[in-house]
Amino acid sequence: MAEHILVLAEQLEGQLTDVTLELIGVARRLAASRGSGVDALVLGDGVSSLAATVPADRTLLMEHPALRLFNPEAAQRALEAVARETSPWLVLVPNTSLGMDVAAAVATRLGWPLVAYCQAIEERDGQLVATSQLFGGKILADCPVGTDHAVLSVLAGAFSSEAAAPEPPARIERLTPPAELDALRVRATGLERPEAADVDITRAEKIVAVGRGIESKDNLELAEELAEGLGAVVAASRPLVDAGWLPRSRQVGKSGLKVKPRLYLALGISGAPEHLEGMRDAELIIAVNKDPKAPIFDVAHYGVVADLFDVAEALQERLGG
Amino acid sequence: MTLAVILKQVPDVVEELAIAPSGTDLDRDSVSYVVNEFDEHALEEALLLREATGEDVVVVGVDTTGELDQALYTALAKGAQRAVKLVGDFEGSWLSTRALAGLLAPVIRELSPRLVLTGVQAPDDLDGQLAPTLGALLDWPHTGVVVGTELADGVVRVRKELWGGIMLDLELATPAVLGIQAARATPRYVPVGRVRQAMRESTIEEVEVETPVESAPKLSRLRAPEAAGRAEMLTGSPSDVAERILEILRARGLY
Ligand SMILES: Cc1cc2nc3c(=O)[nH]c(=O)nc-3n(C[C@H](O)[C@H](O)[C@H](O)COP(=O)(O)OP(=O)(O)OC[C@H]3O[C@@H](n4cnc5c(N)ncnc54)[C@H](O)[C@@H]3O)c2cc1C
Repeated sequence: MAEHILVLAEQLEGQLTDVTLELIGVARRLAASRGSGVDALVLGDGVSSLAATVPADRTLLMEHPALRLFNPEAAQRALEAVARETSPWLVLVPNTSLGMDVAAAVATRLGWPLVAYCQAIEERDGQLVATSQLFGGKILADCPVGTDHAVLSVLAGAFSSEAAAPEPPARIERLTPPAELDALRVRATGLERPEAADVDITRAEKIVAVGRGIESKDNLELAEELAEGLGAVVAASRPLVDAGWLPRSRQVGKSGLKVKPRLYLALGISGAPEHLEGMRDAELIIAVNKDPKAPIFDVAHYGVVADLFDVAEALQERLGG
Repeated sequence: MTLAVILKQVPDVVEELAIAPSGTDLDRDSVSYVVNEFDEHALEEALLLREATGEDVVVVGVDTTGELDQALYTALAKGAQRAVKLVGDFEGSWLSTRALAGLLAPVIRELSPRLVLTGVQAPDDLDGQLAPTLGALLDWPHTGVVVGTELADGVVRVRKELWGGIMLDLELATPAVLGIQAARATPRYVPVGRVRQAMRESTIEEVEVETPVESAPKLSRLRAPEAAGRAEMLTGSPSDVAERILEILRARGLY
């Protein structure tokens, strides 16, 4: 039975993403305990210099014009072909916008089980257990991973990227792309980066962040006044941005921005895993939420179970508003 | 041609969630169900595409709750043309994504739509998201985290969100399966009167299906996250709490 681990490395325009290093780190820990190795699959076009920086035991490099920008179909075909060929014990894929297109499709086509949204992968009583974060982060599911093949899709930020010490890869192997890459039904036509914003929340020292608990666009004024009194900027969870109440540049989280302010005051934000991904490293997190079980309290330093409007008004009074 | 939208009911995570004595499922009797938030966006995106192209919208769901009719009638009231419900011996059970996709694939193939739209993810899809799983089973092109669509001759152009506001533009040959993150507009609201009217005037088509073997997600137990024990809770009146917050900020030179 093969015991090595295959990691799908994620890169965008020649830049490895942090989550890739996190995955390689956890894969190396798991492989070391079994005396096996870690393969990293790098997909791209003209990325051989990048391949040399990947801290795996063996870097599998596949280059093809269809892999220049991320193409979900190309990535899926490539990973599937490599998994069939090398028959790894585990395949680790980042649970990102790119990885989500690939993990479930490849697992389904191979007929291998998939555990998605993994936040922990640990040996417990001689058995490997992958823990998945479900129901908006309110419930965890422990899933036994046997000695058979499995695909795990792993949350960004769940593991330290330092574990993947930048040791040069022992070997780089160039792979021939599967023939399917010449007959794809999906084309990547462009990549667009956001325009510069009026306020850069990633540089803000203090943030007042509001979520769906704020209820209406008109109530944003309260958050703005409070932010002004505190010398902070206003940021938000995704639903407020989707509703058009605030610009995309104010969104904190997985698909938004990662922030690390000295103060993050969260009002009416539940703390879904996708939101926590963007703010869990803030120096001081104070959360106000009327649900005592809200997952935001798992990362907050101080919590208040209350109506956000009552607390915001009381703060505002003291700030002389 | 049609656009198929897959709707799924999921436990409302805003409510308190209790774990069943078996330890491997939620206590389904105490759960209240809502349509997966991202599926609501998938429906809205399909209705917007219909306005632009005149395609019919068919909503499809597997009735695992016994309450799916409500969601389907609401979709009809919002502007869908047909509703199809898969029924079987699985009411009250938690179906894995692969089991769901396995039930849906032949029905979707039969409907022969130009596009299948569903939510990018669901709160309970332990074994992965529906769009890529169904896409793989049907062997149709697929992608998720979609925030905009446009139908053209033989293709659908989509905008996929990566991170930090970076967008990737893709063109997929149709038929294709899309996991919608956010529709181009806020999902429309429909008054109860219109839902009642849909209940009187339209019928839901039923398809009997076999319960798949190994239909539940594989897990050994569910548990609540250990309270990280980090948050110190501030209690008292709003003004007490406000005072404490300002003290904490002052102590750190933040105010
Ligand atoms: C691929 C993907 C990427 C995503 N990216 C992001 C992202 O970048 N950022 C992001 O934020 N989300 C993201 N999400 C969405 C995420 O899953 C959640 O849906 C979202 O974070 C929820 O926002 P919320 O906490 O404001 O709303 P909800 O989850 O609805 O929470 C509202 C909270 O307010 C509380 N509340 C209500 N009224 C009051 C009151 N009067 N006083 C106090 N508390 C009150 C409630 O108890 C509840 O906890 C993403 C999802 C996906 C699938």
